[in-house]
Amino acid sequence: MSKTYVEDINRNVYDIKNEDNYDYKIQKGLTREIVEEISKQKKDPDWMREIRLKALEAYNNLELPTWGPDLSELKMDEIATYVRPKTGMSNSWEDVPEDIRNTFDKLGIPESEKKSLAGVGAQYDSEVVYHNMKEELIKQGVIYTDMETAVREYPEIVKEHFMKCVPITDHKFVALHAAVWSGGSFVYIPKGVKLEMPLQSYFRLNSPESGQFEHTLIIVEEGASLHFIEGCSAPKYNKVNLHAGCVELYVKDNAYLRYSTIENWSKNMLNLNTKKAIIGKNAQVDWVTGSFGSKISMLYPLSVLNGEGAKTEYTGISFAGEGQNLDTGFKTIHNAPNTSSVVNSKSISKNGGKCTYRSLVKISENAKGSKCSVSCESLMLDDISISDTIPVNDVQTDEVEFSHEAKIGKISDKTIFYLMSRGLSEEDAKAMIVRGFAAPISNELPVEYAVEMNNLINLELEGAIG
Amino acid sequence: MSDNLLEINNLYLNAEEKEILKGINLKIKPGEIHVIMGPNGSGKTTTANAILNNLEYTKKSGNIVFEGEDISNLKTDEIARKGVFMSFQLPEEIPGISVTNFLKYAKNKMTGEPVKVFKFKEELKQYMEQLNMNPQNMERSLNVGFSGGEKKKNEILQMLVLNPKLAILDETDSGLDVDAIKTVSKGIEMFKNESNAVLIITHNNKILHNLKVDYVHVLVDGKIVATGNQELATIIENEGYGKYK
Repeated sequence: MSKTYVEDINRNVYDIKNEDNYDYKIQKGLTREIVEEISKQKKDPDWMREIRLKALEAYNNLELPTWGPDLSELKMDEIATYVRPKTGMSNSWEDVPEDIRNTFDKLGIPESEKKSLAGVGAQYDSEVVYHNMKEELIKQGVIYTDMETAVREYPEIVKEHFMKCVPITDHKFVALHAAVWSGGSFVYIPKGVKLEMPLQSYFRLNSPESGQFEHTLIIVEEGASLHFIEGCSAPKYNKVNLHAGCVELYVKDNAYLRYSTIENWSKNMLNLNTKKAIIGKNAQVDWVTGSFGSKISMLYPLSVLNGEGAKTEYTGISFAGEGQNLDTGFKTIHNAPNTSSVVNSKSISKNGGKCTYRSLVKISENAKGSKCSVSCESLMLDDISISDTIPVNDVQTDEVEFSHEAKIGKISDKTIFYLMSRGLSEEDAKAMIVRGFAAPISNELPVEYAVEMNNLINLELEGAIG
Repeated sequence: MSDNLLEINNLYLNAEEKEILKGINLKIKPGEIHVIMGPNGSGKTTTANAILNNLEYTKKSGNIVFEGEDISNLKTDEIARKGVFMSFQLPEEIPGISVTNFLKYAKNKMTGEPVKVFKFKEELKQYMEQLNMNPQNMERSLNVGFSGGEKKKNEILQMLVLNPKLAILDETDSGLDVDAIKTVSKGIEMFKNESNAVLIITHNNKILHNLKVDYVHVLVDGKIVATGNQELATIIENEGYGKYK
């Protein structure tokens, strides 16, 4: 039944474009003058301007990656790296301009804030337009604000942590990020404070031919606990948009952090993102990731298990349609005894889409008694789609338990016939199989995102049969 | 219009280049139970697949009429929604979709009406008890990790829930122990009424010991070579298919 053509359909709310109605948009390109101008526009302190300039130098010296998707269509001369919306930051939705507020309304952000979140941040193009958190958390010493405020009000903490978890020379797009970063969230959870409800930051890029470079810095002190959710989307334009965010997570001894992401960038987006967690003794970081959008994604969150007994789990799903090349995966470094990592990755590709699972597991010599278990499964919905698994494992001690399991499958005509014999149309049958395949991952997502993911699967699979 | 529920008229059918069915004729009226028996490779399962228009096969000539309408070229799901059900010899596994959710979804597609969850679950539970099924299977992924017997019972469960006009049971009895065969027969009796019909496909007649059937057809090399009543099954049980080959 491979003759079926599944058409891409309107991505409804994600594709609503607002007029490119900015307060300030920097000229396209990337030069020292541009970086200095961004720094000036953002009223950086000197130390931050120096980081930016150093990062620009690193950017100029670093090469594009020689592996993975072809990035030759990215022309920095055609990207505006800073776009300030026509509004300041507010802690009341009422004060957010109507067109921007409507966008977040349609994405359901204020609604979830009322029902199930402890706090919300919303970024529009390069600046955060809304940040708010429940009163009682402020009293407990929790800090949740935009990065700019953090630079101003908590310079010592930011100086100590900003681009220290991820070095600016790590790769070309981290260097780019550090040179032009703007927006993002800063979270500080004091010792022993456990948040029952999640914090959520949502990143929306509206402006064409621009980039978003938000920085997320989270510090979870000893014995504290947090669930952080990030969502992102953009309407589709004909020319390339760029996202090069950076997430730095410091999770101290006995602390817990769950970091959930639903990435739904439009299909003209190059998503070259960097995420890393440093994890202390008996602490745990769980990554939960759904990647649906973007033209090209290169994203491999890294967990560094530095304390004895530290744990990490990665649960991720990616879904690539026509013209999409999603190169994602997970990296983990076991640096201490009795640490453990668990990976459960799934990918779905259709209409010529390409999904690659790329991973690195490093178990150092002193990480005796550690465990690592990796499972990755991929499902291809037709004969023209591609799926690949590229694991790199570097295990330097014998005293570990290590397992790696990879499965690649297709939807069989027999299964479709079976479901059709129960009254399901061919499209319904495929959607059901895909939903079932994704279920172990969607069950891990916050509930409204699980619903959204199922809707996305229907959305992606619906359409005319040719 | 005739009062036949199903008519297969002089059906010729190929699997790729190979001719499998060579002029099948079969008429089933509401209220009847028919049996097709035949040796391995005679075209029994293919006949069942042909009724549901499995695209692995190509119909060369002849047609299939259901309630007076030529369904030969309809899509499988359209045929199913008209009221044809098939119990599969090897039911497919669907990871991540529970039996309950699957049946709720299928029932909704069949009837076009919303399914009332609580009532539906109660109905499902009752059927499962009657079929000696573990009610916990309701929440397990469809057919995943089910034993051969559990899968077959699950097919019967689906038949009862979806309540078709014609149920085709393809080798539902094969590989089952005596007790499970009794359960399947019980399921058929629960399903059967004056206005629906059953077509049982089998290569042995153990299932017929517990059931009263109206017609037995012998299928050999893509053709029905004999039709009779239940006694014909007994004769074949004793003598085999030798004389028809």
